[in-house]
Amino acid sequence: MLTKEEVGHIAYLARLEISEIEKESFAGELNSIFNYIEKLKELDAGNIEATFQVFPQDNRFRDDEAQESLNINEVLANSPEKEDNYFKMPKIIE
Amino acid sequence: MEILTAQRLHKKFINKELSSFEITKFLLERIKKLDSKIKAFISVVEKEALDAAQRADQKISQGEINPLLGMPILIKDNISTKGILTTCASLILQNFIPPYDAEVISRIKNRGMVILGKSNLDEFAMGSSTENSAFGPTHNPWDLTRVPGGSSGGSAAGVAALETILALGSDTGGSIRQPAAFCGVTGLKPTYGLVSRYGLIAFASSLDQIGPIARDAFDCALLLEAIAGWDSKDSTSCNLKIPNYSKIIQEPLEKFKIGIAENLFLEKLDKNIKLAIEDSLSTFKKLGGEIISINLPHIDYALASYYIIAPSEASSNLARYDGARYGYRNKEALEINTMFSKTRSGGFGKEVKRIIMIGTYALRAGYYEAYYLKAQKVRTLIKKDFEDAFRECDLILTPATPTLPFKIKENITDIWAMYLSDIYTVSINLAGLPAIAIPCGFKDNLPIGAQLIGKPFCEDFLLKAAHHFQKNTDFHQKTPEIALG
Repeated sequence: MLTKEEVGHIAYLARLEISEIEKESFAGELNSIFNYIEKLKELDAGNIEATFQVFPQDNRFRDDEAQESLNINEVLANSPEKEDNYFKMPKIIE
Repeated sequence: MEILTAQRLHKKFINKELSSFEITKFLLERIKKLDSKIKAFISVVEKEALDAAQRADQKISQGEINPLLGMPILIKDNISTKGILTTCASLILQNFIPPYDAEVISRIKNRGMVILGKSNLDEFAMGSSTENSAFGPTHNPWDLTRVPGGSSGGSAAGVAALETILALGSDTGGSIRQPAAFCGVTGLKPTYGLVSRYGLIAFASSLDQIGPIARDAFDCALLLEAIAGWDSKDSTSCNLKIPNYSKIIQEPLEKFKIGIAENLFLEKLDKNIKLAIEDSLSTFKKLGGEIISINLPHIDYALASYYIIAPSEASSNLARYDGARYGYRNKEALEINTMFSKTRSGGFGKEVKRIIMIGTYALRAGYYEAYYLKAQKVRTLIKKDFEDAFRECDLILTPATPTLPFKIKENITDIWAMYLSDIYTVSINLAGLPAIAIPCGFKDNLPIGAQLIGKPFCEDFLLKAAHHFQKNTDFHQKTPEIALG
């Protein structure tokens, strides 16, 4: 059973700020979902290979040639804060 | 009013009975009149649409013949369109204007198609009712008090209400097929790797596919021809020759075997849907189909496997929404981690947060083998079930949904009722197969959809079977009253 504290930790890992009420409702919902998922334990899949890609492709490489990049002004037009040609962020290093 | 398909409209363009400009103008008027009730659109791009229509008319007058030239289309709002707002129905992207086109958009523009606007969806394509949109729900054109399904609910409703001729949706666990069934239209999820995902805003990368939604299988074939095929920008794109689907599907249907899995006819299946599927089976029999019984022994584990894989991939994909480079940022926070978490909490809706929480829980240190790896192994078993079945048959027929379209708000607090709406569709994404939802009946003026599943990359036969079914039935020609007024 997932506790409210664990839910708080998961939310921290996911960088979500959630209220006490949300912690409680997420705990209930996650418990219900993971109880259902317990179903997978009925299957012995020890020797089965995992399917990460349904139709696996070989790695494809392109020649190392310079190609046109996206327009910097168009890209930066979406940024919440910018300065010159940079995304501006809150200070990280003291 | 004549029901226009892309096929019929193309003939009118060629015969000079109608121009792309005229039909585009007509549809834009309809959208103005109707969409306040249906809310299929998040944005309408009137000027761009009329300009594109005029360019198409010029090409038509110069003798250019291509069946999609000048054809109006509605694009799900999780597909990037250069210079056109692309929101994913999320507050976190409410102002996002992509600096590039998705590959499918480049391809439809090359064909001279006319983009009418962007359609509503469940936020980040997470949901089965289009109620999880930051901009409010879309209404089912057959009954405005009901949901259109989801997550491509806006695209399906737009086609059903004749607000557009064609639409693009995306499908991760049923997001094209379930709304197509709920809205009485035709929707195809292609084989994984057939259509480029470049520019499709990712939900679960190993499951997502873009596909067509239209009034019939023929129009789906036309649109698939335009968008399918190898793209170097998508590393999972398959390099195959794309058949001329719209030509092949018109050829006579040879004898074929159609598989039915008894364990899919659940207790929970609405009895009207069961009857409609049995009727469809009779139609397929008349068309030369031999019914055989198949066994999909691991299908009961599909939903559990899906609810590990999809949220895990989503929690990783959605880590990019951090307020740093684009989208919403909470500007009150001065410390970076607080900025991240306040931005994400303010920008994401409830279901998106829930999916991120499930995925983060499943992927956290020490649990990878128990959950993600196990789910991917079960995925192998499910894929093998289908491989075994397809040694016995050419197609598999199932219901598209277990219920008729439900009421708005009916399932919003019951996550299981919502998740079970995709019970017939999720396994197909896990196995990477192509599947199409086609209208196969009505109950109390609400549409019922059948799902046909095909072998990998056999969209030609899948569409052909659907096309011949539609030549012998008229469910796909029915139109909701609201669209006729």
